[in-house]
Amino acid sequence: MKTNVREVQGVAVMDLKGKITIGAGDVQLRESINKLVEGGKKNILINMQDVTTIDSSGIGELVGCYTSVTNKGGKLKLLHLPPKINDVLTVTQLITVFDVYESEGEAVSSFGA
Amino acid sequence: MTLSSRFENIEMAQHLCGKLLEGREVDDETRHWILMALREGLANAIKHGNLQNAGKRVEVEMEVTADTLRIQIRDEGTGFEPGDVADPLAPENRLKTSGRGIFYMKTFMDDVRFRRTESGGMEITLTKNLGGLKKEGSKR
Repeated sequence: MKTNVREVQGVAVMDLKGKITIGAGDVQLRESINKLVEGGKKNILINMQDVTTIDSSGIGELVGCYTSVTNKGGKLKLLHLPPKINDVLTVTQLITVFDVYESEGEAVSSFGA
Repeated sequence: MTLSSRFENIEMAQHLCGKLLEGREVDDETRHWILMALREGLANAIKHGNLQNAGKRVEVEMEVTADTLRIQIRDEGTGFEPGDVADPLAPENRLKTSGRGIFYMKTFMDDVRFRRTESGGMEITLTKNLGGLKKEGSKR
């Protein structure tokens, strides 16, 4: 998995590319988010558009990141969920936990709301 | 097929399963969810069964008949009680970082069975009915 972090109006937008699966991206996701949090970032938007595969381990890390950011007073939201990842989050009822956006502009604005 | 307990081997098994399904009346959606269930079964065997001990093996058998896919995964661990696995949909478990693999297998396959092997490890049998899936446009 590849990560790229952009700063957009005070929001750390993390573009993910590739797989978030056990042994290949799951721990990397956690470490990337922890780095942002340790660097003082409180508003984090994960762009999932180019994530090709996710498994239960990747979902677990996503949930762990959400909890970790929230517990430190921040917000973690998701952008551009591919349909199959949307399905995986839906069946485990996690889709109601995350704020999910289809527009980056709308997502970034939502942090100020 | 026999695999060492490395996560890298999951994709090889998925590739072989995909090959087995070629030429069958299986739509892309169904194929995707079958391969995800296989991934979860193998990850479970490698991580929780064999505790990522590369010296321990995971046995995988896949069989496709006219209307059924059956996958058996056996590990060399100490086994578990399927009834003791927490419900990931329960509010108190919703934000846990693990415990969804078996749920996904059950969601994406038509039948999932667990059995302790003679050596004490776990055998998971995943079954998917393939008959008429394409015509019915089944999602998963």
